[in-house]
Amino acid sequence: MSDKLLEVKNLAVVYNTDDAVVHAVNGIDFSIKAKETIGLVGETGAGKTTTALAILRLLPERTGRIASGEIVFNGENLLENSRKEMRRVRGAHISMIFQDPMTSLNPTISVGDQIYESLKIHNYENKSKEQLNRRVDELLELVGISAGRKCEFPHQFSGGMKQRVVIAIALACEPQLLIADEPTTALDVTIQAQVISMMFDLKEKLETSMIMITHDLGVVAQTCDKVAIMYAGEIIEYGTVEDIFESDRHHPYTAGLFGSIPDLDVETERLSPIEGLMPDPTDLPQGCKFHPRCKQCMAICASVLPPKWQEGEHVIACHLFAKGE
Amino acid sequence: MINPASSASVRRYKKKSRLKETWRRMKKNKLSLIGLAVFSVFVLVLIFADVIVPYEVALKQDMANRFASPSWTHLLGTDLYGRDIFARIIHGTRNSLTLGIAAVVVGMTLGGTLAAVAGYYGGKIDMVIMRITDTIFCIPFMLLGLSIVAALGPGLRNILIAITITAIPNYVRIIRSAILTVVGQDFIEAGRACGARNRFIILRHVLPNAIGPIIVQATMQVGTMIIYSTAFSYLGLGIQPPAPEWGSMLAEAKNYMLSAPHMIIAPGMAIVLVALSLNLMGDGLRDALDPKLKD
Amino acid sequence: MSRYVIKRILICIPTLLVITFIIFSIMELTPGDATRSILGQDATEESMQELALQMGLDKPFIVRYGNYIIDLVHGEMGVSYRSDQPVFGEIVNRFPTTLKLAVGSMLIAIIIGVLLGVLAAVKQYSVMDFFGTAFAMLLASVPYFWLGLMLILLFALKLGLLPSMGNSTWVHFILPSITVCVGTTASILRLTRTTMLETIRQDYIRTARSKGQNERKVIFKHALKNALLPVLTVAGIEFGNLLGGAVVVESVFSLNGVGCLLLDAIKFKDTPLVMGCAIFLAFFFMLIMLAVDILYAYIDPRIKARYQKM
Repeated sequence: MSDKLLEVKNLAVVYNTDDAVVHAVNGIDFSIKAKETIGLVGETGAGKTTTALAILRLLPERTGRIASGEIVFNGENLLENSRKEMRRVRGAHISMIFQDPMTSLNPTISVGDQIYESLKIHNYENKSKEQLNRRVDELLELVGISAGRKCEFPHQFSGGMKQRVVIAIALACEPQLLIADEPTTALDVTIQAQVISMMFDLKEKLETSMIMITHDLGVVAQTCDKVAIMYAGEIIEYGTVEDIFESDRHHPYTAGLFGSIPDLDVETERLSPIEGLMPDPTDLPQGCKFHPRCKQCMAICASVLPPKWQEGEHVIACHLFAKGE
Repeated sequence: MINPASSASVRRYKKKSRLKETWRRMKKNKLSLIGLAVFSVFVLVLIFADVIVPYEVALKQDMANRFASPSWTHLLGTDLYGRDIFARIIHGTRNSLTLGIAAVVVGMTLGGTLAAVAGYYGGKIDMVIMRITDTIFCIPFMLLGLSIVAALGPGLRNILIAITITAIPNYVRIIRSAILTVVGQDFIEAGRACGARNRFIILRHVLPNAIGPIIVQATMQVGTMIIYSTAFSYLGLGIQPPAPEWGSMLAEAKNYMLSAPHMIIAPGMAIVLVALSLNLMGDGLRDALDPKLKD
Repeated sequence: MSRYVIKRILICIPTLLVITFIIFSIMELTPGDATRSILGQDATEESMQELALQMGLDKPFIVRYGNYIIDLVHGEMGVSYRSDQPVFGEIVNRFPTTLKLAVGSMLIAIIIGVLLGVLAAVKQYSVMDFFGTAFAMLLASVPYFWLGLMLILLFALKLGLLPSMGNSTWVHFILPSITVCVGTTASILRLTRTTMLETIRQDYIRTARSKGQNERKVIFKHALKNALLPVLTVAGIEFGNLLGGAVVVESVFSLNGVGCLLLDAIKFKDTPLVMGCAIFLAFFFMLIMLAVDILYAYIDPRIKARYQKM
């Protein structure tokens, strides 16, 4: 038996819309061990949120479809679970924090009740109301909100506080895995730091594994053990934090990402972004999906899918590395 | 590895005229096309009523043949005076349809003007206009309409006046809400930020975007107005018999419901068909204009 | 909060005044003579003029209006031209019938409209959705008074199941209530479907699902509560339509309510009675709108917060 908490194998997700088929995720593999944090990095549209939703099987029913692959959590393939079994997993074993705290909470239910709901759903030990209520108070204090506020409604809280409530809800039943989908993107920079640090502390305390979805490499550096870089629905580079930040071998996209970060110490006239745009997911290019934008593109890149080069835990999907040095 | 299927069609980003786009989307909706077809039939009947059946046939009494059930000579049977119901329905189309369309057109125009004035001048004038509108809105529809008709006397023209006046507050609200929704959106702000003048913004941005929902509502209101006008005629306040009118036909049929049910079914079905076709069209238009709503 | 309620009730007064003015003008400034109606077709010119003087109909419009308002403030609604009975009494006698009709219709409309609307939204694009939408469209296209007649034909005359006139038992109100609520049911059904569709797409619904909550609770506890708010407002407004429809339906089903009374009064140009009915109905409608507003504030904590400060 592996010690892996979550193992995603060859996952592919499509959306069948009225106009076209959107290939959101195109065969990704990654895994997480207990207490590990993996960062899922990429631009908007890379397929990060879709991956997260697929793990919890919360894709929109009518259009989203898991086309292939396996998602193995604690030894069982989540894709084979019945709806009832999946409901048991959600909230109790795997929780998710969504991007926009302003809209993630039900405006007509008090925050205390929303946390309570999570506890009640997974009350397998049949705890009493008082016990559950005490837990709600505990959780609020844990995220830095006074328990006296539990009868208040979401609109009475600021953005940062709302996100803390969301975190409290997610951690209420002490899940083994927490998926955080850009938890601080919608918040002010000063609040961001607070919330990230709080999440980190809680994660350590509760020994939760985490998938941190973000496009902010700074956050990744602070919080993650492993990193997966996604582009056009694929993981084009994968490795430990040291591999990604300190190694001198990188996928051209990763290199471009790091290169586009402005340096505080160096004076430049212009920023250096990666030219071009992410490809249309309904009309993906042949071969390597990054090749239209890649400065080091070779003939083979346009027709053959790049193989995976691996060194230790560092994996890069690029023809440059497959050729040998 | 999965081989991503390449899309069958290459997207051509040509600028399509808005009207054509809307029509294209509407064509996809079979039901609304049916509605359009049925309504067109009614419009044709309106125009060619005299050609289909001469007006005299609608008035001709035939006491020997009263209450006849539908047959080949009398497609929908005859009424209490032996008049051919089919002919009466055909000619009744004129009254009802014209009334419905006229009421909506005039009502929306007047209502739109009021809404525009209120919006343009804003401030006190806006408040006064809206207050009066809301007050009239508080009076139950039939109450106001009935008072007007009873005061002015029966007749088609007076019904038209009555239902138009009663409907105006509703139209002012509809138009105002449609305009406010558009004006509240960011792209209007963006236009202003670019330095566009008010008149330009109104013509180029507000009107084209607001007109859609207004037209949808207008289409469906025609059906509603037709129903209201027939209600008035049913109460005896409309065009007087022996002129054919769907509402008064229903009133006549009421007393003979059990013995001659065909008398009451025919005019009612006619109203239902017109209103239904209009509602289907309106619905299709709504989906065609804003596909996001379909989701 | 109570300050807000009082303020709202006070606003009703100028509105009522304007309404009385409008109706009074319509009744008095247009051709047609009450005296003729009272005395009959063969009344002589003299007797009509004499009666007119007696009734004070010769005085200028403003004076007559002013007198009416002054009387009204003293709780005096005048006497019906036709029956010579106090207007207030006549209306109060018949009000319970209209009230039962209106409330019954509203209940049917809300229950059926919301249920079908939710079903249609939750099972979008399925057969349920199609039928729900088709049903709403059909209801919106049917002339309600014709439907009433057809219902009488089917249930009362042919099948003998339900009564077609009178108002003695609640059974008598079944067919009339169904008839009146037709348009309102259609509106509520469509609106509920639309708002539910929007609400289900909100982020907090996804949050609820991610907690592992079962679908039924997600729909009814989370989505419906939020979706019903606009429906509530529309229901209040539709009440006005219900009252209007009641006027015709009462005559179709021979129900002795305020609507029926109003109809006759209008035909007869019985101004005091018309005014009385109009004021009653309008005031009742405004109370309903106020009740909706207050209810709204209770259900939506954001609105409640705003009103607490008032």
